[in-house]
Formats: sequence, C-alpha cells, structure tokens
Amino acid sequence: MAHASYLDKKGLWSWLSTVDHKRIGLMYFWTSMGFFAIGGILALLVRLELMFPGQTIIDPNLYNKMFTLHGAIMVFMFIIPIIPAALGNFFLPILIGAKDVAFPRLNLASYYIFVTGAALAVIAILNGGVDTGWTFYTPYSIRSATSVVLTSLGVFIMGFSSILTGLNFIVTVHKLRAPGMTYFSMPLFVWAIYATAIIQVLATPVIGITTLLLVMERVLGIGFFDPKLGGDPVLFQHFFWFYSHPAVYIMILPGMGIVSEVIPVFARKHIFGYKAIAYSSLAIAFISFIVWGHHMFVSSQSPLANFLFSILTMLVAVPTAIKVFNWTATLYKGSIQLATPMLYALAFIFLFTIGGLTGLFLAALSVDVHLHDTYFVVAHFHYVMMGGTVMGLLAGIHYWWPKVFGKMYPEKLGKLAWGFIFLGFNMTFLPQFYLGKMGMPRRYHDYPVEYASLNFVSTVGSWSLGIGFAIMFSYLIWSLYRGKAASANPWNGKTLEWQIPSPPTEHNFEETPVITAGPYEYGVRT
Amino acid sequence: MNTHVVPHHFDSADQAYQASKLGIWLFLVTEVLLFGGLFVAYIMYRAMYPEMFHEASKLLSRPMGAINTIVLICSSFTMAMAVSATQRNDSNRANQYLIVTLFCAAVFLIIKYFEYSHKFHEGLLPGMYFTFEGLNHPKAPLFFSLYFMMTGLHGIHVLCGMGLILWMLIRSNRGEFSSQYFTPMENTGIYWHLVDLIWIYLFPLMYLIG
Repeated sequence: MAHASYLDKKGLWSWLSTVDHKRIGLMYFWTSMGFFAIGGILALLVRLELMFPGQTIIDPNLYNKMFTLHGAIMVFMFIIPIIPAALGNFFLPILIGAKDVAFPRLNLASYYIFVTGAALAVIAILNGGVDTGWTFYTPYSIRSATSVVLTSLGVFIMGFSSILTGLNFIVTVHKLRAPGMTYFSMPLFVWAIYATAIIQVLATPVIGITTLLLVMERVLGIGFFDPKLGGDPVLFQHFFWFYSHPAVYIMILPGMGIVSEVIPVFARKHIFGYKAIAYSSLAIAFISFIVWGHHMFVSSQSPLANFLFSILTMLVAVPTAIKVFNWTATLYKGSIQLATPMLYALAFIFLFTIGGLTGLFLAALSVDVHLHDTYFVVAHFHYVMMGGTVMGLLAGIHYWWPKVFGKMYPEKLGKLAWGFIFLGFNMTFLPQFYLGKMGMPRRYHDYPVEYASLNFVSTVGSWSLGIGFAIMFSYLIWSLYRGKAASANPWNGKTLEWQIPSPPTEHNFEETPVITAGPYEYGVRT
Repeated sequence: MNTHVVPHHFDSADQAYQASKLGIWLFLVTEVLLFGGLFVAYIMYRAMYPEMFHEASKLLSRPMGAINTIVLICSSFTMAMAVSATQRNDSNRANQYLIVTLFCAAVFLIIKYFEYSHKFHEGLLPGMYFTFEGLNHPKAPLFFSLYFMMTGLHGIHVLCGMGLILWMLIRSNRGEFSSQYFTPMENTGIYWHLVDLIWIYLFPLMYLIG
C-alpha cells in the first residue's frame, strides 16, 4: 500500500477503542447491516406465511412477534442509524474538510450505547419477543404478556445514541468546517445530515420519555395511558408519533442527501437548484414536527385537529417535490453514466415519487378513513422507506465503497443485483396498494381468498428481493478481498472526499484544506 | 499550571471551547424536551381533573418544597461562583464553592427522601399502588403518578449533577482548570442551572396549586 490508511492498525482492540470517526462509522455499518439481514429474513418469513390464505408456515402468535420484530429491528436498528451513523459518520467530517467530528469520544460512546440498547432488544427477542407491533400502542402494550419492558428500554437507550450522534453532527457542521467552507459551499449530503441531526436532537427525547413512561406503566401502573386509572391511551399515540413521524424524516432525509451527491457526479452536471435543495431539507425537518396527527385520523382526535393535520401534512409535499424536480432538472441534458450508484439513485427518484404521492392519498381525510391500517399504508411506507431510503443507501454504499475500502465492487454483478432488487421491490409492494384499496387490513395472519392472487405475487416478488440482496452482500464481501484496487477518484467527483487517497489516512487531510470554490464544480471539460 | 492540550482535530483552543459550548446547550434542549413530555401530560390531566389536582396538591408538604427550592437556588449560586473563581485562577475558592454546592444538593435529596418516605407511609403512591383513603376522587392516583415521575426524574438528574460536580472537584483539585481552560467546569455549571430551573417549575406546579 502506497500510503498509510486508517485501516492499517489491526487487532480487535484497535477497533473497539478507536475514536476515529471513519472506524466508528464502519462499526455502525456492519452492526446495522447485520440487523438489516435479520430484519430481511424475518420479512421473507412474514411474506412466506402470507403466500396462501390460512396458516402456511407459522401460527398467529409467532406471526405477530415476527412482524413486530421485523418492524422494530428495521426502524430502530437499521434504517435510523445506517445512513447518519454509518455513512454520515464516515463522510460528514471529510466533506467539510475536518479531521474528525467535534466530540470523538462521545461518538464512540454513542456506538456503545447503541449496541447496549440493541443487546437489550435482542435479549427481549430471546426472552420470547414482542407482539405489539413496533408502535407499542397502549392499552394493548400494557397488557401484552410479551417482553415489552425490555424492548422499550432497548428503544430508550438506542434513542440516546441517536441524540448524541445528532448533537455531535450539529456541532461539527457549525464549528469544524474548513477555512473558506461557508454554509452554502457544503455538499448537499452534509445539509441533509444536518437537517436530520436537528430532528434527532429535537424529537428523540420525546420517544425517550414515552418509552420510559410505558415501562413505568407496566412496572408501577402509573395510569397515564390507562383509562381505568384516569389516563388516556390516545396521549400515548400523540407522544409516540411526535417522535415517530419526524423519525420518518430521520430515515428519508439522509437518503435524499446521498441522491443529491450521486446524481450530479453521474450526470456530469452541476446540481440544479443547490440552495433550493439545501433549504428544502431544513423545511422538511421543520414541517416534520407539525404533522404527527395524521397517524391518528381515526383515533378520536377532534375533527378540527384532523383538518389541520391533514393540511399540514400536504405541505410536506412542497419541499419534497422541490427536491424531485431539481434532481430531474439536473439529469436534463446531462451526460448520464448508468453505473450502479446512479441506477440506485434513479430507482430512488422513481420509487420515492410513488411513495410520496401515495402519502398524499393518506393525508386526505376521507380517503384515509378507507385506507387506514390497510396494506395501502404498508405499501406506501415501504415505497418511501425501502424504495427511498434503502435505494439511497445502496446508491451511497456503491458510490463510496471505493473510498471506504479502497476496492472497486464488480460493476456487472452490481447491475444484476440492482435488477433483481428493483423488479423484486415493485413486484412485492405494488400489489399491496391494490390489496389495501380492496380493504385487506395490515398485521393479520390470515385473509379471505379474494386477496390470494395478489398476495402470492407479492411473496414471489420478495424472493427476487432476497436474491438481489444475497448477490449484493456476496460481491461486496468478495470485493474486500479480491476487488480491483480503487484510485483516489474513480467517479471524477469534485467533493473533498475524492481529493484524498482511497482509503483515507487516519487524519483525513495532511493539511487543513482551504476551500475556494463551490461544492459541485462538475461537468466542465478542462 | 495549565496542562490542557487542545485535541488534535481542533485548530485552536477557542474552536474547541465554542464546540463544547454549543454541545452542552444542545444537550440542554434535549433535556427540556425529555421533561416536556411529562409537562404535557401534567397540563392535559390538570385540564381534565382540575379539582382533583387542587385537592391532591394540598397533601404535599409546602414547607419542605419551599426549603428545597431555596436550597437549590443557593446551590446554583455557589456553582456560578465556583465557575467564576476558576475563571479568575482561584482554584482554592472554586473548590470551596463546589463543596458547598455538593452539600446543598445532598440536603435537597435528604429532604426529598423524607418527603417520599412520608408519602409511601401514607399510601400516596403512584397509580395502582395508591392506597390512601382521605382523598375522595377516583382519579387521584394520577396526580401522584405525575408527582413521582416528575420529581423522580428530576431527582435522578440531581444525582447525575452531583456526580459531575464531584468529578469537577477532583479535577479542579488536581489543578486541571485555569483561566485558560475551564470548559468542563462551565458546562457542569450550565447543566446544574437547568436542574435547578426544572425544580423551579415543578415546585409551584406541584405544591402551590391547592
């Protein structure tokens, strides 16, 4: 190896005790990807059970636990940490020309807090699991005989980790930018992670107190959410969604950030509407705090509140559409290279647009009464979370793989896996929109024969997804050992991470860089 | 005297100081939001059962609550004086102030202990463990759930604060702080003031509405 790399130090202890943001990012990456694999296998099993009406492979109780675990693992242990804490940790400091995050030891601590919370959740699983759904709605979660206390404590602790990561990133962006790096010369991924961090810091404490009160409800019977003692279960829903709706944007904003990086590089053009994309990230972060009531249209919330939440929810479409239009405008007359990262970025735009537009159906009050708690909702949020965030994540993984490990992934296999994943995704979730419109409720173990054919298609689609991910995991691992060595700048990117060696050195920059130009000086042949 | 080294990823001591300052203020925001959930629950249930809150509040000991308020305000003052003494390079005086702050915090918890044990004894317990019979309102347990959750969470914060202050005392004693470097001391102070401030809200909301 020609240069000293951050990967040089060997031995487990050098990893476990590291304060290097790149190594911590990688530890988050492998941990979260591990949970992603578990959550994915659970999803395949859930789909397998739903392949035919009646009991197919598992009984209803086990089914309830499985979809709960799938949801809780995917939300709290994969999709929330994966982009900010893994890729964000690795690239945020580099993209602003810093040597590390503001508080490196806190960064390591937040990793261990995350692992502790995740371990508690795993113990809860081994202890019999949870069957409440990932939303832990009261009063059922107070009465359920499953491990609600351990799981809630796990969520509470993982929340701390999320808060500390967000706090670290906000301070890093404010205080550690390289000389000459103004707010408007920061790459859009940084803007997205910054907006995400604001939500993490402001929303997560509320889920903290909510899960804590749920634990107290079960241990002491405090009655906040128990009508028998004068409490109100709907208050739990308000608390829960005050965090969990903004959390949806914790999941999607970083994906949008990655897409904003990948599209200009592979279209060989300046990003169109840089400031509009940057501001729309902040706008989404702001609006995310005032729309939570749209999860509760049928919960006995007042008609006035329903009306306001409905209107406010539709407002989210504005900054979101601004982003989609700007990405599309960036593609216009670009010299587009369909490398794997770009394919995922294009899949993101396509699938996320479907996910976003169907969100408007659900924001409309009268339509929501029909669609609430049906498979339409399941399809909608999978189009946003998986069609959006996961596609963005895969774009980011392929885009930055050469930089992180100094190895190229095999391009042909990358495209092949993309094909399986893209087709499989649509085959799995498109039928679910129709199932929901036909009235099939979510979370049930069984369904009438009228829903059988579409469920069958959906399950077969999930296998294609499974194959795609299996191919991807295999070639990524393979490339670590046998992949072609990557140059410093294989994609001709113009952001700072491409100006340093692949993989980077321990301190990122030998000298603090001085920034003199805007963030995306692309496309001009010089 | 000043042996502090600026961490490698900062360009200057001032940058490190500014970063820590922003960090602690953001942390306080998360604390406010954590307690915010409980305050929202308080507002909602007080609006639902106003008479019950008035009656139940009378069962709390106002003198004890008032003494604790004074004790905490004093501790906030001595904490501020400790930070100020550090900034003037007077670490002996700073140590003395820190000891008084610790003492006040301990007094607060001791008084809280007597209050709690008195409530336990009378059966004024949260939720389903409530056995007190002198309060003729079916939802009265809810008030004591709120009381124990809010003051309990606050009490945990007092304990954390004491831990931090003790740590500052040890470090100050080792001569780690000076007018050039006092960030941890100042941040501990900021945290301690928040703990004090939360109590200043809890006291009237719990003790003085009867």
